[in-house]
Amino acid sequence: MSLGPITLGHYLSLGGILFALSVIGIFLNRRNLIVLLMAIELMLLAVNLNFVAFSHYLPLEADRMAGQVFVFFILTVAAAESAIGLAILVVLFRNRASIKVEELDELKG
Amino acid sequence: MASTISQGLLLTVPLAPLAGALIAGLAGRWVGRRGSHVFTILGVFIAFVCSVVVLSQVAAGARFNETIYEWMVLGKLVMEVGFLVDGLTAMMMVVVTFVSLMVHVYTIGYMDGDPGYQRFFAYISLFTFSMLMLVMSNNFLQLFFGWEAVGLVSYLLIGFWFKKPTAIFANMKAFIVNRVGDFGFILGIGLVVAYSGTLNYTEAFARAPELARLSFPGTDWMLITVACICLFIGAMGKSAQFPLHVWLPDSMEGPTPISALIHAATMVTAGIFMVARMSPLFELSDTALNFVLVIGAITALFMGFLGIIQNDIKRVVAYSTLSQLGYMTVALGASAYSVAVFHLMTHAFFKALLFLAAGSVIIGMHHDQDIRNMGGLRKHMPITWITALLGSLALIGTPLFAGFYSKDSIIMAVEASNLPGTPFAIFAVVAGVFVTAFYSFRMYFLVFHGEERFHHKPFPPEDDHDHGSHGHDDHHDATPHESPWVVTAPLILLAVPSVVIGFLAIQPMLFGDFMKDAIVVDAARHPATAQLAEGFHGAAAMALHGLQTPPFWLALAGVVTAWWFYLKQPSIPAAIARTFAPVVRVLENKYYMDWFNEHVLAAGARLLGTGLWKGGDVAVIDGAINGSARAMGGLAGVLRQFQTGHLYQYALVMLLGIFGLLTWQLWPYFSGLMR
Repeated sequence: MSLGPITLGHYLSLGGILFALSVIGIFLNRRNLIVLLMAIELMLLAVNLNFVAFSHYLPLEADRMAGQVFVFFILTVAAAESAIGLAILVVLFRNRASIKVEELDELKG
Repeated sequence: MASTISQGLLLTVPLAPLAGALIAGLAGRWVGRRGSHVFTILGVFIAFVCSVVVLSQVAAGARFNETIYEWMVLGKLVMEVGFLVDGLTAMMMVVVTFVSLMVHVYTIGYMDGDPGYQRFFAYISLFTFSMLMLVMSNNFLQLFFGWEAVGLVSYLLIGFWFKKPTAIFANMKAFIVNRVGDFGFILGIGLVVAYSGTLNYTEAFARAPELARLSFPGTDWMLITVACICLFIGAMGKSAQFPLHVWLPDSMEGPTPISALIHAATMVTAGIFMVARMSPLFELSDTALNFVLVIGAITALFMGFLGIIQNDIKRVVAYSTLSQLGYMTVALGASAYSVAVFHLMTHAFFKALLFLAAGSVIIGMHHDQDIRNMGGLRKHMPITWITALLGSLALIGTPLFAGFYSKDSIIMAVEASNLPGTPFAIFAVVAGVFVTAFYSFRMYFLVFHGEERFHHKPFPPEDDHDHGSHGHDDHHDATPHESPWVVTAPLILLAVPSVVIGFLAIQPMLFGDFMKDAIVVDAARHPATAQLAEGFHGAAAMALHGLQTPPFWLALAGVVTAWWFYLKQPSIPAAIARTFAPVVRVLENKYYMDWFNEHVLAAGARLLGTGLWKGGDVAVIDGAINGSARAMGGLAGVLRQFQTGHLYQYALVMLLGIFGLLTWQLWPYFSGLMR
């Protein structure tokens, strides 16, 4: 099995694997809310990887910036989101003394 | 017609009593007792004077038939207030206002000291207004308005002493029985309006011959027959004809003045008036007329029997009223509408007189109404005695008295009738003469003659009527005394027409032009009135001839029998009652009509109601509604299992959803790639 040059396919596969991992992390994780937040971050990074890979392989030089600019936006939003998420988590822990995902079922019908 | 009548004059007639009623009813507290009777009597007096003026103009040939006010228009149906004044209406207006005026004056004496004094005056004035609206109407809607309004006032007045349970029972009974009749009445009006397209009498009657050719949808009955029978069912309720008569005797729970005004002289004759007014319709249907005839004959005879065994003075007069209303209905059935209206008028005077005389006796007896406790009152209440005697003579049809002319005319009209029910009707009205004379003079002898029983009261009153204070409650002296002039003056004023009105009015009313245009008789098919006119040779000749006819001898026999039974040999009635105990029991239970109504009709209605409640309401409707609510609950109970509250499950579902959605949307693209 020869390792050829890294192609777009490889990047997309990596992105897909990361995304799948984060999805599994979201719905298999029953214990820790922090892990949940991390999984969401991972999901966003997987998307970012796709953006970068696609932009790199675009045929026109001028077009290649667009995807990468998008990544910055997503990173910024992700940072803000995790800040807020962690803040909520802290308050939640103060109130409930627990961050177990299983126990957070206030919305149960 | 030659001339018309001033609209203002006609409007004054119903509105003056209405104004009196409003003053006494709404401002009774401020105008006081004296004010309320002054204003209401003034209102009724104005109405009476105007009515007399109207009557004189009508007698001179004036007529009025116009719309006063258009209330509303629904499509082609115009609802309006209007007056139709002809001989029939003018006569009714004078009778109603005159009797009402007498009763107003009488009430001052009778209700003296009653806490509901102003209320009573407001009610009777309101009644006068309603009754005038009824008789003056020129359309079915206003007729129905007046019809219901008099029914309402009747209800209010029967239950006037609302603390008395029997009075409340009686007024409920009157209202409910009348509702049965009114249901028929409104169906009849509905049929006429549906097929003639108008509420106005003149227009509806003009189209009556067209209606006569139609048949009731889905059957081969004549439409006009169905309509007339429905209308007559209304009259049966209001005019207390068998089997809807049950409310009238009980209505005697009300104060005596209203028994005289409403339940003898005016309101109960509204049905008779209505049928006479609808004569163009009834003339077209022999079946309906035959129905009317038979119902009237049953009422005339069988209600008279009940009068014989009653011991309450007012109930005797009440059953007499029923019987006399039956006579009027018989006359209607024989197509002798003018004779029925003539008897209506004479009856209004002498029956009001008898009732007011009974009321005067009741005052004298300190509100004891049992005739077995009276006797010998002639010496103590001379005015009441003589007026009651005149009223009784008029009632039994003594020649020259008012009742003679009207009752003999009825008997002759029935004999000339050619309907299938005639033989029974003839028997009923002729036998009724004897019965009438017997019960009238039984009461007369027991009350005014014989031994003075009021000292020891062999039949103490069961309940001391809780009327509040009557001002006559000094029970120390049981000897009756003559009533005050406000009571006796109306008696005298009513006694005069009771004696002379028949003699004076028979010529113009039955055979003259006075009511020609108001009442339509198809002389070819119903020859009764025409034959009466042929045999009539003046009022005096009729009285002379009356001496030779069976009704006179029957009446005389009734009087003599009553005298023999109740003055000469008082042991006979008791012996007869023992011998015919089952018959007496049937009579005492009023042919078990009340029993039947309460235990079959009312119980049946309650059973049906319970069935519909348990079966229809609870099982079906509640079942469906509560069932669907429960089904929704159950469905939601299943569905709520999906809402776990766990984020990771929501996320999973979301992902699966997106996956599914994308797959569905992009499937053509993928399949293209693979090819």
